[in-house]
Amino acid sequence: MHQKTIAEHAVCLAKGEYSCVELTEHFLKRIESSSDLNAFITVTDQLAHQQAIQADQIVKAGNAGPLTGIPIAQKDLLCTKGVLTTCGSRILDNFISPYDATVIAKLHDQGMVTLGKTNMDEFAMGSSNETSFYGPVKNPWDLERVPGGSSGGSAAAVAAMLAPVATATDTGGSIRQPAALCGLTGIKPSYGRVSRFGMVAFASSLDQAGVLARNAEDAALVLAAMSGFDQRDSTSLDVPVPDYMASLEDSIKGKVIGLPKEFFGDGVEPDVADAVQASVRELEALGAKTIEVELPNSEVGIPCYYVLAPAEASSNLSRFDGVRYGFRAQEYLDLNDMYEQTRAQGFGEEVQRRIMIGTYVLSSGYYDAYYIKAQKLRRLISDDFTKAFEKCDLIAGPTAPDTAFRIGDKNDDPVAMYLNDIFTNSVNLAGLPGISVAAGMDRNNLPVGLHLIGRYLDESTILNVAHQFQRATDWHLKVPGGYE
Amino acid sequence: MSISSEQVTHIARLARLKTDPEKSEHFAKHLSRIMDLVEQMNQIDTDGIEPMSHPQDTALRLREDVVTAKNLREQYQALAPSAQDGLYLVPKVIE
Repeated sequence: MHQKTIAEHAVCLAKGEYSCVELTEHFLKRIESSSDLNAFITVTDQLAHQQAIQADQIVKAGNAGPLTGIPIAQKDLLCTKGVLTTCGSRILDNFISPYDATVIAKLHDQGMVTLGKTNMDEFAMGSSNETSFYGPVKNPWDLERVPGGSSGGSAAAVAAMLAPVATATDTGGSIRQPAALCGLTGIKPSYGRVSRFGMVAFASSLDQAGVLARNAEDAALVLAAMSGFDQRDSTSLDVPVPDYMASLEDSIKGKVIGLPKEFFGDGVEPDVADAVQASVRELEALGAKTIEVELPNSEVGIPCYYVLAPAEASSNLSRFDGVRYGFRAQEYLDLNDMYEQTRAQGFGEEVQRRIMIGTYVLSSGYYDAYYIKAQKLRRLISDDFTKAFEKCDLIAGPTAPDTAFRIGDKNDDPVAMYLNDIFTNSVNLAGLPGISVAAGMDRNNLPVGLHLIGRYLDESTILNVAHQFQRATDWHLKVPGGYE
Repeated sequence: MSISSEQVTHIARLARLKTDPEKSEHFAKHLSRIMDLVEQMNQIDTDGIEPMSHPQDTALRLREDVVTAKNLREQYQALAPSAQDGLYLVPKVIE
Protein backbone atom coordinates (compact mmCIF):
# COMPACT_ATOMS: atom_id res chain seq x y z
CA MET A 1 0.00 0.00 0.00
CA HIS A 2 2.77 2.43 0.98
CA GLN A 3 4.69 2.13 -2.29
CA LYS A 4 1.87 3.67 -4.34
CA THR A 5 1.98 7.16 -5.81
CA ILE A 6 -0.53 9.79 -4.72
CA ALA A 7 -2.48 9.39 -7.94
CA GLU A 8 -2.63 5.61 -7.41
CA HIS A 9 -3.92 6.12 -3.86
CA ALA A 10 -6.60 8.48 -5.17
CA VAL A 11 -7.81 5.80 -7.60
CA CYS A 12 -7.84 3.11 -4.87
CA LEU A 13 -9.72 5.40 -2.47
CA ALA A 14 -12.29 6.24 -5.15
CA LYS A 15 -12.80 2.55 -5.96
CA GLY A 16 -13.15 1.73 -2.27
CA GLU A 17 -10.20 -0.71 -2.28
CA TYR A 18 -9.28 0.85 1.04
CA SER A 19 -10.55 3.81 3.03
CA CYS A 20 -8.73 6.99 4.07
CA VAL A 21 -8.86 5.73 7.66
CA GLU A 22 -7.21 2.44 6.64
CA LEU A 23 -4.56 4.28 4.63
CA THR A 24 -3.86 6.61 7.54
CA GLU A 25 -3.63 3.74 10.04
CA HIS A 26 -1.24 1.92 7.73
CA PHE A 27 1.17 4.86 7.73
CA LEU A 28 0.75 5.51 11.48
CA LYS A 29 1.77 1.87 12.10
CA ARG A 30 4.84 2.30 9.91
CA ILE A 31 5.76 5.44 11.84
CA GLU A 32 5.43 3.58 15.12
CA SER A 33 7.57 0.66 14.02
CA SER A 34 10.29 2.96 12.61
CA SER A 35 10.69 5.23 15.62
CA ASP A 36 14.45 4.45 15.63
CA LEU A 37 14.78 6.82 12.63
CA ASN A 38 13.69 9.70 14.92
CA ALA A 39 11.96 11.26 11.90
CA PHE A 40 9.04 12.69 13.87
CA ILE A 41 8.97 15.08 16.82
CA THR A 42 5.19 14.74 17.22
CA VAL A 43 2.82 12.12 15.79
CA THR A 44 -0.64 13.66 15.41
CA ASP A 45 -2.60 10.40 15.41
CA GLN A 46 -5.83 11.90 16.79
CA LEU A 47 -5.86 14.77 14.28
CA ALA A 48 -5.04 12.29 11.50
CA HIS A 49 -7.95 10.04 12.48
CA GLN A 50 -10.41 12.95 12.52
CA GLN A 51 -9.19 14.19 9.15
CA ALA A 52 -9.28 10.69 7.64
CA ILE A 53 -12.89 10.17 8.80
CA GLN A 54 -13.87 13.50 7.20
CA ALA A 55 -11.97 12.58 4.03
CA ASP A 56 -13.84 9.26 3.79
CA GLN A 57 -17.14 11.16 3.90
CA ILE A 58 -15.95 13.45 1.09
CA VAL A 59 -14.85 10.42 -0.97
CA LYS A 60 -18.19 8.70 -0.34
CA ALA A 61 -20.09 11.80 -1.44
CA GLY A 62 -18.12 11.75 -4.69
CA ASN A 63 -16.49 15.12 -4.01
CA ALA A 64 -12.88 13.95 -3.65
CA GLY A 65 -10.06 15.95 -5.16
CA PRO A 66 -6.65 14.52 -6.08
CA LEU A 67 -5.33 14.98 -2.52
CA THR A 68 -8.41 14.03 -0.47
CA GLY A 69 -7.45 11.55 2.22
CA ILE A 70 -3.76 11.47 1.27
CA PRO A 71 -1.56 11.39 4.39
CA ILE A 72 1.28 13.88 4.67
CA ALA A 73 4.06 14.64 7.18
CA GLN A 74 4.64 18.32 8.03
CA LYS A 75 7.99 19.86 8.83
CA ASP A 76 7.91 21.11 12.40
CA LEU A 77 8.68 24.63 11.23
CA LEU A 78 5.13 25.10 9.94
CA CYS A 79 2.71 26.36 12.58
CA THR A 80 -0.12 23.86 13.00
CA LYS A 81 -3.14 24.88 15.04
CA GLY A 82 -3.45 23.08 18.36
CA VAL A 83 -0.27 21.09 17.69
CA LEU A 84 3.21 21.40 19.18
CA THR A 85 5.40 23.37 16.73
CA THR A 86 9.00 23.31 17.96
CA CYS A 87 11.15 24.21 14.95
CA GLY A 88 13.58 21.64 16.41
CA SER A 89 14.37 23.97 19.30
CA ARG A 90 14.17 23.85 23.08
CA ILE A 91 13.00 27.47 23.00
CA LEU A 92 9.73 26.34 21.36
CA ASP A 93 9.54 23.04 23.24
CA ASN A 94 6.14 23.99 24.74
CA PHE A 95 4.73 26.05 21.85
CA ILE A 96 1.25 24.89 20.82
CA SER A 97 0.52 27.02 17.78
CA PRO A 98 -2.70 29.07 18.02
CA TYR A 99 -3.05 29.17 14.23
CA ASP A 100 -2.24 27.32 11.00
CA ALA A 101 0.46 28.36 8.55
CA THR A 102 -1.11 29.13 5.16
CA VAL A 103 0.62 26.05 3.73
CA ILE A 104 -0.94 23.80 6.39
CA ALA A 105 -4.39 25.40 5.95
CA LYS A 106 -4.26 24.99 2.16
CA LEU A 107 -3.27 21.32 2.36
CA HIS A 108 -5.96 20.62 4.96
CA ASP A 109 -8.51 22.39 2.74
CA GLN A 110 -7.57 19.89 0.01
CA GLY A 111 -8.42 17.06 2.40
CA MET A 112 -4.87 15.99 3.23
CA VAL A 113 -4.33 14.10 6.47
CA THR A 114 -1.52 15.28 8.75
CA LEU A 115 0.34 12.32 10.28
CA GLY A 116 2.73 14.36 12.38
CA LYS A 117 5.47 16.97 12.61
CA THR A 118 8.91 16.01 11.37
CA ASN A 119 12.28 16.47 13.01
CA MET A 120 14.61 19.11 11.62
CA ASP A 121 17.79 21.02 12.31
CA GLU A 122 17.10 23.67 14.95
CA PHE A 123 15.51 26.69 13.21
CA ALA A 124 16.49 25.00 9.92
CA MET A 125 20.16 25.78 10.60
CA GLY A 126 22.08 22.74 9.53
CA SER A 127 22.71 20.27 6.72
CA SER A 128 22.60 17.01 8.65
CA ASN A 129 19.66 17.21 11.09
CA GLU A 130 22.18 16.92 13.94
CA THR A 131 21.45 20.37 15.43
CA SER A 132 17.90 19.37 16.46
CA PHE A 133 17.10 19.60 20.18
CA TYR A 134 15.24 16.31 19.63
CA GLY A 135 18.32 14.41 18.46
CA PRO A 136 19.64 13.44 15.03
CA VAL A 137 17.53 11.73 12.38
CA LYS A 138 18.92 8.58 10.77
CA ASN A 139 19.11 8.01 7.05
CA PRO A 140 16.99 4.96 6.09
CA TRP A 141 19.65 3.99 3.52
CA ASP A 142 22.25 3.60 6.28
CA LEU A 143 21.29 4.17 9.90
CA GLU A 144 24.79 5.39 10.76
CA ARG A 145 24.49 8.25 8.29
CA VAL A 146 22.69 11.59 8.25
CA PRO A 147 19.60 12.17 6.08
CA GLY A 148 20.77 15.69 5.23
CA GLY A 149 19.15 18.83 6.53
CA SER A 150 17.54 20.85 7.55
CA SER A 151 14.41 18.93 6.42
CA GLY A 152 15.98 15.62 7.54
CA GLY A 153 12.91 14.26 9.31
CA SER A 154 10.67 14.92 6.30
CA ALA A 155 13.24 13.26 4.01
CA ALA A 156 13.73 10.19 6.22
CA ALA A 157 9.96 9.82 6.62
CA VAL A 158 9.29 9.83 2.86
CA ALA A 159 12.34 7.67 2.02
CA ALA A 160 11.27 5.03 4.57
CA MET A 161 7.68 5.40 3.32
CA LEU A 162 6.34 6.45 6.71
CA ALA A 163 4.40 9.07 4.72
CA PRO A 164 3.66 9.31 0.99
CA VAL A 165 4.89 12.92 0.88
CA ALA A 166 6.05 15.68 3.23
CA THR A 167 6.28 19.43 3.43
CA ALA A 168 9.74 20.93 3.81
CA THR A 169 11.41 24.32 3.69
CA ASP A 170 14.58 25.54 2.00
CA THR A 171 16.67 28.59 2.92
CA GLY A 172 19.97 27.40 1.42
CA GLY A 173 19.30 23.84 0.29
CA SER A 174 17.21 22.34 3.09
CA ILE A 175 14.77 20.60 0.74
CA ARG A 176 17.11 19.68 -2.10
CA GLN A 177 20.15 18.40 -0.16
CA PRO A 178 18.14 15.94 2.00
CA ALA A 179 16.27 14.88 -1.16
CA ALA A 180 19.65 14.05 -2.71
CA LEU A 181 20.94 12.22 0.38
CA CYS A 182 17.74 10.15 0.72
CA GLY A 183 17.05 9.42 -2.98
CA LEU A 184 13.94 11.61 -3.20
CA THR A 185 12.45 14.31 -5.37
CA GLY A 186 12.53 17.65 -3.56
CA ILE A 187 11.40 20.97 -5.01
CA LYS A 188 11.97 24.47 -3.71
CA PRO A 189 9.75 26.83 -5.69
CA SER A 190 10.56 30.42 -6.65
CA TYR A 191 10.69 32.97 -3.85
CA GLY A 192 7.18 34.38 -3.44
CA ARG A 193 5.37 31.37 -4.91
CA VAL A 194 4.37 29.81 -1.57
CA SER A 195 3.16 31.90 1.36
CA ARG A 196 5.56 32.19 4.28
CA PHE A 197 2.75 33.08 6.70
CA GLY A 198 3.06 30.76 9.70
CA MET A 199 6.50 29.47 8.72
CA VAL A 200 8.89 30.18 11.59
CA ALA A 201 11.27 32.70 10.00
CA PHE A 202 14.98 31.98 9.58
CA ALA A 203 16.13 34.29 6.76
CA SER A 204 13.12 36.07 5.35
CA SER A 205 14.58 36.97 1.94
CA LEU A 206 15.64 33.34 1.34
CA ASP A 207 13.05 31.05 3.00
CA GLN A 208 10.58 29.10 0.84
CA ALA A 209 8.42 26.07 1.58
CA GLY A 210 8.22 23.16 -0.85
CA VAL A 211 7.78 19.41 -1.07
CA LEU A 212 9.72 16.19 -0.48
CA ALA A 213 8.18 13.38 -2.53
CA ARG A 214 9.12 10.08 -4.13
CA ASN A 215 8.63 11.36 -7.68
CA ALA A 216 8.06 14.56 -9.64
CA GLU A 217 4.36 13.88 -10.25
CA ASP A 218 3.60 13.69 -6.52
CA ALA A 219 5.75 16.78 -5.92
CA ALA A 220 3.85 18.71 -8.62
CA LEU A 221 0.46 17.76 -7.18
CA VAL A 222 1.30 18.89 -3.66
CA LEU A 223 3.26 21.98 -4.72
CA ALA A 224 0.26 23.16 -6.77
CA ALA A 225 -1.95 22.84 -3.69
CA MET A 226 0.48 24.84 -1.52
CA SER A 227 1.14 27.65 -3.99
CA GLY A 228 -0.64 30.91 -4.63
CA PHE A 229 -1.15 34.43 -3.44
CA ASP A 230 -1.65 35.14 0.26
CA GLN A 231 -2.55 38.58 1.55
CA ARG A 232 -0.89 37.74 4.88
CA ASP A 233 2.62 37.40 3.41
CA SER A 234 3.87 40.74 2.09
CA THR A 235 6.28 38.95 -0.29
CA SER A 236 3.67 36.54 -1.68
CA LEU A 237 3.31 37.05 -5.42
CA ASP A 238 -0.09 37.84 -6.87
CA VAL A 239 0.44 35.89 -10.09
CA PRO A 240 -1.36 32.82 -11.46
CA VAL A 241 0.10 29.42 -10.55
CA PRO A 242 0.74 27.40 -13.74
CA ASP A 243 -0.89 23.99 -14.11
CA TYR A 244 2.19 21.94 -13.17
CA MET A 245 0.44 18.64 -13.92
CA ALA A 246 -0.56 19.69 -17.44
CA SER A 247 3.03 20.14 -18.63
CA LEU A 248 4.56 17.05 -16.98
CA GLU A 249 4.06 14.89 -20.07
CA ASP A 250 5.48 17.42 -22.54
CA SER A 251 8.43 16.22 -24.58
CA ILE A 252 11.75 17.74 -23.52
CA LYS A 253 13.03 17.59 -27.08
CA GLY A 254 14.90 20.78 -27.88
CA LYS A 255 15.05 22.00 -24.29
CA VAL A 256 18.44 23.60 -23.68
CA ILE A 257 20.19 22.56 -20.48
CA GLY A 258 23.03 24.78 -19.26
CA LEU A 259 25.92 23.00 -17.54
CA PRO A 260 27.93 25.46 -15.42
CA LYS A 261 31.57 24.46 -15.54
CA GLU A 262 31.84 25.64 -11.92
CA PHE A 263 29.49 22.79 -10.89
CA PHE A 264 31.57 20.07 -12.51
CA GLY A 265 35.02 20.86 -11.12
CA ASP A 266 37.13 19.53 -8.27
CA GLY A 267 35.43 19.05 -4.95
CA VAL A 268 32.67 16.82 -6.33
CA GLU A 269 33.08 13.17 -5.32
CA PRO A 270 33.84 11.00 -8.39
CA ASP A 271 30.79 8.74 -7.90
CA VAL A 272 28.54 11.82 -7.70
CA ALA A 273 30.14 13.40 -10.78
CA ASP A 274 29.78 10.14 -12.74
CA ALA A 275 26.10 9.72 -11.83
CA VAL A 276 25.31 13.33 -12.72
CA GLN A 277 27.16 13.05 -16.05
CA ALA A 278 25.24 9.85 -16.84
CA SER A 279 21.96 11.62 -16.02
CA VAL A 280 22.84 14.49 -18.32
CA ARG A 281 23.48 11.96 -21.12
CA GLU A 282 20.08 10.42 -20.35
CA LEU A 283 18.46 13.83 -20.76
CA GLU A 284 20.31 14.26 -24.07
CA ALA A 285 18.97 10.89 -25.17
CA LEU A 286 15.48 12.25 -24.46
CA GLY A 287 16.15 15.08 -26.90
CA ALA A 288 17.50 17.85 -24.68
CA LYS A 289 20.48 19.87 -25.85
CA THR A 290 23.30 20.76 -23.49
CA ILE A 291 25.59 23.76 -23.55
CA GLU A 292 28.27 25.01 -21.20
CA VAL A 293 27.37 28.14 -19.24
CA GLU A 294 29.27 30.22 -16.72
CA LEU A 295 28.37 31.23 -13.19
CA PRO A 296 31.66 33.00 -12.45
CA ASN A 297 30.69 34.34 -9.03
CA SER A 298 29.35 31.05 -7.70
CA GLU A 299 32.56 30.50 -5.71
CA VAL A 300 31.56 33.29 -3.33
CA GLY A 301 28.00 32.00 -2.95
CA ILE A 302 28.82 30.31 0.37
CA PRO A 303 30.59 33.28 2.02
CA CYS A 304 27.86 35.62 0.75
CA TYR A 305 25.14 33.32 2.10
CA TYR A 306 26.87 32.96 5.48
CA VAL A 307 26.72 36.72 5.94
CA LEU A 308 23.17 37.36 4.72
CA ALA A 309 21.38 34.35 6.24
CA PRO A 310 22.85 34.82 9.77
CA ALA A 311 22.23 38.59 9.56
CA GLU A 312 18.54 38.02 8.83
CA ALA A 313 18.41 35.22 11.42
CA SER A 314 19.90 37.37 14.17
CA SER A 315 17.10 39.85 13.59
CA ASN A 316 14.30 37.27 13.22
CA LEU A 317 15.35 35.26 16.26
CA SER A 318 15.39 38.31 18.52
CA ARG A 319 11.66 37.63 19.05
CA PHE A 320 12.51 34.65 21.27
CA ASP A 321 12.88 36.45 24.59
CA GLY A 322 11.03 34.33 27.14
CA VAL A 323 8.26 36.91 27.46
CA ARG A 324 5.43 36.15 25.06
CA TYR A 325 5.69 32.40 24.35
CA GLY A 326 8.06 29.48 24.53
CA PHE A 327 10.72 28.57 27.04
CA ARG A 328 11.80 30.89 29.89
CA ALA A 329 14.86 30.15 32.05
CA GLN A 330 14.07 29.07 35.61
CA GLU A 331 16.55 31.32 37.39
CA TYR A 332 17.67 34.86 36.62
CA LEU A 333 18.72 38.06 38.38
CA ASP A 334 16.81 40.71 36.42
CA LEU A 335 15.09 41.31 33.08
CA ASN A 336 18.29 41.42 31.04
CA ASP A 337 19.62 38.30 32.73
CA MET A 338 16.29 36.60 32.01
CA TYR A 339 16.70 37.34 28.28
CA GLU A 340 20.31 36.16 28.26
CA GLN A 341 19.72 32.98 30.29
CA THR A 342 16.58 32.11 28.31
CA ARG A 343 18.30 32.50 24.96
CA ALA A 344 21.55 30.77 26.00
CA GLN A 345 19.63 27.79 27.40
CA GLY A 346 16.90 27.78 24.77
CA PHE A 347 19.07 27.92 21.63
CA GLY A 348 21.57 25.23 20.68
CA GLU A 349 25.18 25.90 19.74
CA GLU A 350 24.78 26.27 15.95
CA VAL A 351 21.88 28.70 16.35
CA GLN A 352 23.87 30.78 18.84
CA ARG A 353 26.83 30.74 16.43
CA ARG A 354 24.69 32.08 13.60
CA ILE A 355 23.03 34.70 15.77
CA MET A 356 26.50 35.90 16.78
CA ILE A 357 27.82 35.97 13.21
CA GLY A 358 24.72 37.89 12.16
CA THR A 359 25.03 40.31 15.06
CA TYR A 360 28.69 40.86 14.24
CA VAL A 361 28.25 41.56 10.51
CA LEU A 362 25.42 43.99 11.25
CA SER A 363 27.26 45.77 14.07
CA SER A 364 28.57 49.30 13.87
CA GLY A 365 31.80 49.50 11.87
CA TYR A 366 31.34 46.15 10.09
CA TYR A 367 28.00 46.67 8.31
CA ASP A 368 29.46 47.96 5.02
CA ALA A 369 32.42 45.59 4.97
CA TYR A 370 30.29 42.48 5.42
CA TYR A 371 26.55 43.01 5.05
CA ILE A 372 26.55 45.48 2.16
CA LYS A 373 29.46 43.67 0.51
CA ALA A 374 27.45 40.43 0.62
CA GLN A 375 24.39 42.16 -0.83
CA LYS A 376 26.50 43.41 -3.74
CA LEU A 377 27.76 39.88 -4.35
CA ARG A 378 24.18 38.68 -4.21
CA ARG A 379 23.44 40.99 -7.16
CA LEU A 380 26.41 39.58 -9.13
CA ILE A 381 25.36 35.98 -8.39
CA SER A 382 21.77 36.73 -9.44
CA ASP A 383 22.96 38.50 -12.62
CA ASP A 384 25.09 35.45 -13.51
CA PHE A 385 21.94 33.31 -13.54
CA THR A 386 20.08 35.89 -15.64
CA LYS A 387 22.89 35.84 -18.21
CA ALA A 388 23.05 32.04 -18.24
CA PHE A 389 19.29 31.81 -18.80
CA GLU A 390 19.65 33.90 -21.96
CA LYS A 391 21.23 30.77 -23.47
CA CYS A 392 19.40 27.92 -21.78
CA ASP A 393 15.99 26.87 -20.39
CA LEU A 394 17.31 25.27 -17.23
CA ILE A 395 20.60 24.54 -15.48
CA ALA A 396 21.78 21.11 -14.29
CA GLY A 397 24.47 19.89 -11.91
CA PRO A 398 24.97 17.88 -8.74
CA THR A 399 22.74 18.78 -5.78
CA ALA A 400 25.46 18.15 -3.20
CA PRO A 401 29.18 17.45 -3.61
CA ASP A 402 28.93 14.11 -1.77
CA THR A 403 26.45 11.45 -0.67
CA ALA A 404 25.25 10.98 2.93
CA PHE A 405 28.05 11.29 5.49
CA ARG A 406 28.32 9.61 8.87
CA ILE A 407 26.56 11.03 11.92
CA GLY A 408 29.15 13.02 13.86
CA ASP A 409 31.64 13.37 10.97
CA LYS A 410 31.25 17.12 10.41
CA ASN A 411 30.15 18.21 13.86
CA ASP A 412 33.39 19.83 14.94
CA ASP A 413 33.81 22.03 11.90
CA PRO A 414 30.90 24.34 10.98
CA VAL A 415 32.60 25.37 7.74
CA ALA A 416 32.89 21.75 6.52
CA MET A 417 29.15 21.44 7.18
CA TYR A 418 28.37 24.68 5.30
CA LEU A 419 30.15 23.41 2.16
CA ASN A 420 27.39 20.81 1.67
CA ASP A 421 25.23 23.58 0.30
CA ILE A 422 27.75 24.92 -2.19
CA PHE A 423 25.50 24.16 -5.20
CA THR A 424 22.18 25.00 -3.60
CA ASN A 425 22.43 28.26 -1.73
CA SER A 426 23.13 30.54 -4.69
CA VAL A 427 19.70 29.46 -5.97
CA ASN A 428 18.10 30.90 -2.82
CA LEU A 429 20.17 34.08 -3.13
CA ALA A 430 18.70 34.56 -6.61
CA GLY A 431 15.18 33.41 -5.58
CA LEU A 432 15.01 30.75 -8.31
CA PRO A 433 13.18 27.40 -8.30
CA GLY A 434 15.28 24.24 -7.91
CA ILE A 435 14.59 20.52 -7.76
CA SER A 436 16.69 17.51 -6.79
CA VAL A 437 15.91 14.12 -8.31
CA ALA A 438 17.39 10.72 -7.54
CA ALA A 439 20.00 10.11 -10.23
CA GLY A 440 22.13 7.16 -9.22
CA MET A 441 23.86 5.35 -6.37
CA ASP A 442 27.44 5.56 -5.18
CA ARG A 443 29.75 2.64 -4.34
CA ASN A 444 28.20 2.41 -0.84
CA ASN A 445 24.67 2.10 -2.24
CA LEU A 446 23.81 5.67 -1.21
CA PRO A 447 21.67 7.91 -3.43
CA VAL A 448 23.03 10.72 -5.60
CA GLY A 449 20.96 13.80 -6.49
CA LEU A 450 20.70 15.65 -9.80
CA HIS A 451 19.95 19.35 -9.33
CA LEU A 452 17.84 21.22 -11.89
CA ILE A 453 17.48 25.00 -11.60
CA GLY A 454 14.79 26.93 -13.45
CA ARG A 455 14.10 30.51 -14.45
CA TYR A 456 12.25 32.67 -11.94
CA LEU A 457 8.64 31.38 -11.60
CA ASP A 458 9.30 28.53 -14.02
CA GLU A 459 8.77 25.51 -11.79
CA SER A 460 6.94 23.90 -14.74
CA THR A 461 10.08 23.29 -16.78
CA ILE A 462 12.10 21.66 -14.00
CA LEU A 463 9.13 19.50 -12.97
CA ASN A 464 8.58 18.51 -16.60
CA VAL A 465 12.25 17.57 -17.10
CA ALA A 466 12.37 15.74 -13.76
CA HIS A 467 9.24 13.75 -14.66
CA GLN A 468 10.52 12.83 -18.12
CA PHE A 469 13.83 11.77 -16.56
CA GLN A 470 11.89 9.54 -14.15
CA ARG A 471 9.90 8.00 -17.00
CA ALA A 472 13.22 6.92 -18.53
CA THR A 473 15.04 5.85 -15.36
CA ASP A 474 14.20 3.95 -12.18
CA TRP A 475 16.46 5.54 -9.55
CA HIS A 476 13.42 7.14 -7.89
CA LEU A 477 11.83 3.68 -7.47
CA LYS A 478 14.69 2.32 -5.38
CA VAL A 479 13.75 1.67 -1.78
CA PRO A 480 16.07 1.40 1.22
CA GLY A 481 16.47 -2.17 2.53
CA GLY A 482 14.14 -3.06 5.40
CA TYR A 483 11.47 -0.54 4.41
CA GLU A 484 9.97 -2.36 1.39
CA MET B 1 40.23 36.69 10.38
CA SER B 2 40.52 36.04 14.06
CA ILE B 3 37.78 36.87 16.56
CA SER B 4 38.94 37.08 20.17
CA SER B 5 37.03 35.73 23.14
CA GLU B 6 36.64 39.34 24.34
CA GLN B 7 34.92 40.17 21.04
CA VAL B 8 32.66 37.14 21.45
CA THR B 9 31.69 38.36 24.91
CA HIS B 10 30.78 41.75 23.40
CA ILE B 11 28.80 40.21 20.50
CA ALA B 12 26.99 37.82 22.87
CA ARG B 13 25.99 40.80 25.00
CA LEU B 14 24.57 42.59 21.94
CA ALA B 15 22.68 39.41 20.99
CA ARG B 16 21.41 38.83 24.57
CA LEU B 17 23.13 35.46 24.90
CA LYS B 18 24.59 34.56 28.30
CA THR B 19 28.23 33.66 28.05
CA ASP B 20 31.21 32.94 30.28
CA PRO B 21 34.97 32.93 29.57
CA GLU B 22 35.06 29.24 28.67
CA LYS B 23 32.08 29.52 26.32
CA SER B 24 33.47 32.67 24.67
CA GLU B 25 36.79 30.91 24.09
CA HIS B 26 34.97 27.97 22.48
CA PHE B 27 32.84 30.20 20.23
CA ALA B 28 35.84 32.38 19.27
CA LYS B 29 37.48 29.40 17.58
CA HIS B 30 34.45 28.57 15.42
CA LEU B 31 33.49 32.17 14.66
CA SER B 32 37.05 32.84 13.48
CA ARG B 33 36.80 29.87 11.10
CA ILE B 34 33.50 31.20 9.74
CA MET B 35 34.88 34.72 9.30
CA ASP B 36 37.86 33.25 7.38
CA LEU B 37 35.27 31.81 5.00
CA VAL B 38 33.43 35.14 4.86
CA GLU B 39 36.66 36.98 4.00
CA GLN B 40 36.68 35.12 0.66
CA MET B 41 34.09 37.69 -0.45
CA ASN B 42 36.93 40.18 -0.85
CA GLN B 43 38.41 38.34 -3.82
CA ILE B 44 35.68 39.91 -5.97
CA ASP B 45 35.55 43.63 -6.75
CA THR B 46 32.07 45.01 -6.15
CA ASP B 47 32.69 48.74 -6.68
CA GLY B 48 29.65 50.42 -8.20
CA ILE B 49 27.38 47.37 -7.78
CA GLU B 50 23.93 48.08 -6.37
CA PRO B 51 23.27 45.98 -3.22
CA MET B 52 20.50 43.39 -3.59
CA SER B 53 18.46 42.88 -0.44
CA HIS B 54 15.72 40.73 -1.84
CA PRO B 55 15.01 38.47 -4.84
CA GLN B 56 11.99 40.51 -5.89
CA ASP B 57 13.82 43.82 -5.87
CA THR B 58 10.56 45.75 -5.64
CA ALA B 59 8.75 47.80 -3.02
CA LEU B 60 6.47 45.91 -0.68
CA ARG B 61 2.80 45.76 -1.49
CA LEU B 62 0.49 48.11 0.41
CA ARG B 63 -3.07 47.40 1.47
CA GLU B 64 -6.03 49.48 2.57
CA ASP B 65 -5.51 50.91 6.05
CA VAL B 66 -8.38 49.06 7.69
CA VAL B 67 -8.45 46.72 10.66
CA THR B 68 -8.49 43.10 9.52
CA ALA B 69 -6.99 41.22 12.48
CA LYS B 70 -9.22 39.92 15.23
CA ASN B 71 -8.36 40.55 18.86
CA LEU B 72 -6.94 37.22 20.02
CA ARG B 73 -5.17 38.56 23.09
CA GLU B 74 -6.41 35.93 25.52
CA GLN B 75 -5.60 33.08 23.18
CA TYR B 76 -2.09 34.42 22.58
CA GLN B 77 -1.38 35.31 26.19
CA ALA B 78 -2.31 31.80 27.25
CA LEU B 79 1.03 30.82 25.68
CA ALA B 80 3.07 33.26 27.77
CA PRO B 81 5.38 32.03 30.53
CA SER B 82 3.76 34.65 32.78
CA ALA B 83 0.77 36.92 32.06
CA GLN B 84 -1.89 38.57 34.20
CA ASP B 85 -4.80 40.95 33.51
CA GLY B 86 -3.86 41.19 29.85
CA LEU B 87 -0.24 42.08 30.63
CA TYR B 88 2.95 40.12 30.08
CA LEU B 89 4.87 39.82 33.33
CA VAL B 90 8.65 40.25 33.43
CA PRO B 91 11.12 40.69 36.28
CA LYS B 92 10.94 44.09 37.97
CA VAL B 93 12.84 46.76 36.00
CA ILE B 94 12.24 49.83 38.20
CA GLU B 95 13.01 49.79 41.91
